[in-house]
Amino acid sequence: MKFMMIVKATEDSEAGTPPSPELFEAMMRYNEELAKAGVLLAADGLHPTSGAIRISYEEPGAKPTITDGPFSESKEVIAGYTLIEVRSREEAIEWALRMPDPHGKGEGRIELRQVFEGSELTQDADMLEAHEAMTGELQRRNRT
Amino acid sequence: MTNAASRRAVETVWRLESTRLIAGLTRMVRDVGLAEDLAQDALVLALRTWPESGIPDKPGAWLMTAAKRRAIDGMRRLKLQDQKYAEIGRHAESTVEDEAGEGVDSEIKDDLLRLIFMTCHPALSREARVALTLRLLGGLSTDEIAHAFFVSEPTIAQRIVRAKRRLREVRAEFIIPDGDEWKSRLETVLEVIYLLFNEGYAASSGTSWMRPLLCQEAIRLGRILAGIAPAEPEVQGLLALMEIQASRFRARISAAGEPVLLQDQNRALWDHLLIRRGLVALERAKSLGRPLGPYVLQASIAACHAVARTAEETDWVRIAALYEALCRVMPSPVVELNRAVAVAMAFGPAFGLQLVEQLERLPSLAAYHLLPSVKGDFLEKLGRRQEAREAFEHAASLTRNAQEKELLWRRAAACNAEPQEKADPQKKGGDPG
Repeated sequence: MKFMMIVKATEDSEAGTPPSPELFEAMMRYNEELAKAGVLLAADGLHPTSGAIRISYEEPGAKPTITDGPFSESKEVIAGYTLIEVRSREEAIEWALRMPDPHGKGEGRIELRQVFEGSELTQDADMLEAHEAMTGELQRRNRT
Repeated sequence: MTNAASRRAVETVWRLESTRLIAGLTRMVRDVGLAEDLAQDALVLALRTWPESGIPDKPGAWLMTAAKRRAIDGMRRLKLQDQKYAEIGRHAESTVEDEAGEGVDSEIKDDLLRLIFMTCHPALSREARVALTLRLLGGLSTDEIAHAFFVSEPTIAQRIVRAKRRLREVRAEFIIPDGDEWKSRLETVLEVIYLLFNEGYAASSGTSWMRPLLCQEAIRLGRILAGIAPAEPEVQGLLALMEIQASRFRARISAAGEPVLLQDQNRALWDHLLIRRGLVALERAKSLGRPLGPYVLQASIAACHAVARTAEETDWVRIAALYEALCRVMPSPVVELNRAVAVAMAFGPAFGLQLVEQLERLPSLAAYHLLPSVKGDFLEKLGRRQEAREAFEHAASLTRNAQEKELLWRRAAACNAEPQEKADPQKKGGDPG
């Protein structure tokens, strides 16, 4: 099962302030632990939203609105993510709990989300159904 | 937290730590079976105390300390009459005092490597190696292993007990072999990992096409090993091969549950992150500047498919050359047959047919259904329909897989029909996914 640990943005990350050397080192060590356990797939940090754009479809069928960053609601913004592959939800939770506080000033927030996968990697009936619906849709689109 | 939930949380932590725990303990007590028992004892203790006290900050160190204390107690009970035990006892007491308990990084890596060489010991049968590796390095329960191999739990449990006993009998050493032994022992380790992966990837028995747990464990072990032995091209090559093959999981089976051939797969469903990881591992393997071994070559072939944006863009000339190299380092009739397919794709079916006709002379391939199946495909493309039909019928008579039999009969029947307009020239044979 794949899980994504999403680190939310903070005022610092949005201002482009780099993490303290201690935090940076703790993060590196944590990523090494993930790699050594064979569970790390990818880990990336994102630039602040000052360089981002947002595309919003506000009316069905109409052209989208394009907004330039920065986006003010930093709690809704993502600063980085770590993708892991583990055997159970409990393992994902345990790894997420071991991630260092990504901010260290009381603003650190990590969200753990499961990644959708194909039928081959899950026995879960709901997920299977969702996967099949998606595959069917893709095939329809490819035909037209 | 409920009792069940806290139990699961403790067990999860233990599972994350158990490999290192067992590796470290084996170094101390020199017996992998005893080490596992000690690790289990630490789990029991954790299950008793953690729900009250909470999970400690360094759970790995906590478990290691608990297990080591246990080991020392056990040795004291043996009254240390035996000189060897006395030595181990002294060693254990000194190590249990370095309170970090987690040991030096390089030491942990070496212990893991020693452990995998132990579970893949040449004195064990292939089945025993696989079961013991899953148990001790994967931390899987006997029940999970039994499920993955469609055998009963007692069978697996007994296999593991016997394997541990065997290791004791041959006095298997907890060492990293060197020189020529390193090479041959490493080959065994890679073979076990790839065997696990293949068991999971294309189950030849049972109804399920994928046995995800085995694939995932194999890749995880491959990733760990690649971290421990980064300078071994074949380790990187095996990892690359598995990552790239795993990238096609989603595309290998149709919505109706039928296998989809590589050339027909929807490449948008491939996992491009895994492909990238595979290509990186392959680059690392090649950058080591050593002769290309079988895993690096197979990974290179897989990479040719992975980087082709469409089936038509596949570089078959390169694939044919890689198969030729593979035939030299890993001569096998199956590889030869794959080479024939690649040659046909690159240079035309007549050239492929020549190679197939040479293979037909090998008695070892007489019952191999893919040989006449591939031959039929070449003949059909060359317009020799009568011979093609015979080849397909022969192939159908050799396979036991109902789906495949049906497909081959259909192809045979199609050879009787009027020749159709020249079919899509790209829709020729090719590697199965």
